[in-house]
Amino acid sequence: MINLLWLYVLAGAVFAGFALGSARDGTNAKRWGNAAFWSLLTLSFWFGDLFSDIGNGILVLALVAIAGTHLLGRGSKESTSDQERELFCERHGNKLFLPALVIPFTAFVGTLLFNYTLLKATGLIDPKAVTLVLLGCGVIIALAISYLWFRPPAPAAVDEGSRLANSIGWAIVLPQMLASLGVIFASAGVGTTIGALVGAIIPSDRVFLAVLVYALGMVVFTMIMGNAFAAFPVMIAAIGIPILIHADGGNPAVIGAVGMLAGFCGTLMTPMAANFNIVPAALLELKSQYAVIRAQVPTAIALLIANIIILYVAGFHL
Amino acid sequence: MINYWPLLGIALVVVGFALRFNPLLVVAVSAIVTGLLGHMPFVKVLATLGHGFNENRYVSVIWIILPVVGLLERYGLQQRARTLIANMRGATTGRLLIVYLGFRQILSAFGLTTVAGHAQTVRPLVAPMAVAAAEKQHGELDEDTAERVKAITAATDNVGLFFGEDVFLAIASILLIQGSLASFGIQLTPFQLSMWAIPTAICAFVIHGTRLLLLDRQLGRRK
Repeated sequence: MINLLWLYVLAGAVFAGFALGSARDGTNAKRWGNAAFWSLLTLSFWFGDLFSDIGNGILVLALVAIAGTHLLGRGSKESTSDQERELFCERHGNKLFLPALVIPFTAFVGTLLFNYTLLKATGLIDPKAVTLVLLGCGVIIALAISYLWFRPPAPAAVDEGSRLANSIGWAIVLPQMLASLGVIFASAGVGTTIGALVGAIIPSDRVFLAVLVYALGMVVFTMIMGNAFAAFPVMIAAIGIPILIHADGGNPAVIGAVGMLAGFCGTLMTPMAANFNIVPAALLELKSQYAVIRAQVPTAIALLIANIIILYVAGFHL
Repeated sequence: MINYWPLLGIALVVVGFALRFNPLLVVAVSAIVTGLLGHMPFVKVLATLGHGFNENRYVSVIWIILPVVGLLERYGLQQRARTLIANMRGATTGRLLIVYLGFRQILSAFGLTTVAGHAQTVRPLVAPMAVAAAEKQHGELDEDTAERVKAITAATDNVGLFFGEDVFLAIASILLIQGSLASFGIQLTPFQLSMWAIPTAICAFVIHGTRLLLLDRQLGRRK
């Protein structure tokens, strides 16, 4: 069965490519730092399950040490100039879109084919990892097509991949680091402590106030943890169940579903949700790493107000 | 007696991010401090951190896409995306992003959350298209305006994903809600929950869509 481990082997190979590409780039004064950083990630993806937890912990500290002591840089090597790109663009025309669209197309059609035909019964792919596995297939197909059509020099994929990877830099592992921080927060009991704090300040006789505290609690806690999933079990236990559902008689489906969505408004406003908010700023090479958050705040606040109204009206008056 | 000290770890993250220390360093220091204040021995903290990192590797798998994106950029993909929009009559940044928002919400509502995204579609396709459309409306863009257009493109992807995915029955957050309520003896089906994600999904489309149309007006005015 093709499961996540296969994908980890592929990802490890790609990170090894980033390491190689970084080492080859003489225009980057810190190239060995970059090469070491990507090599450590390769080790993690290939051998992470063989290392002990402490071994993996040391690997994490090494990654942090490289990033924290500013040993990561980026080269100035341009693969092709803008004029050359215009020329290529003229020559290849809309054919350029095809490899780019192959990846989402493979993931999309593949997931539908797998889930709604007999393929599922064959157990070829682990059902929990279907879309990601197909995304990996799409990447391989797109690479093959690109090499056939554009006939780039052999190391081009490695050089281009590491050019992008180094322009994003440490932000590539930040989401995974934050997920690990979440594990520590859970072990240290941070969730229960916050739940107790919020539960202590809430009035139970004013429904609207309780709704307000529940929704804002979801937002603030989500902003702190960077993830509505961490906030939800705490807030539903502290306020949702005892006050909104039991004491005030709210509709549990609304309290649950819309409470989570109120948390998502918080996700739009926090740097802790790095993969959605910080990584794209790096990926689009924006000057401010908070530019995406700033663009989201007005939508998030308006939508939060909408969610509070939906909670109050649909939860208690329908 | 509740131990409030681990909350100091959260304060460290907030201060560290605000003072713009390297975020990886901030997160690692916060993890260690939180663990120690929660009465975990250092070795246990290190092991928990390592275990968490290893278990969450799937978060970073998406980067396997970078070599393809880089290769296509080398042959002018971003230029092509721009040309396509520049030759399209009536294309504006706002309209383009509203269409993208709708697609992203609908795809997510069918559970296809990873077919689009910042690395898959925003950087190689949608952001260059949005900038090209803005140039048509506005003429040459100054740096701040170009930044704003790119940032709102990324924002549109996030809004479409977040407020589409919960309409799908088998998404992790719906299962989490169902599980949390079930542990208090409240039994609901995923369908009952995902149905209540629809009003918010519509509000998200209307609110963010309105902002995109306002952006169009601003871009048109400054010409």
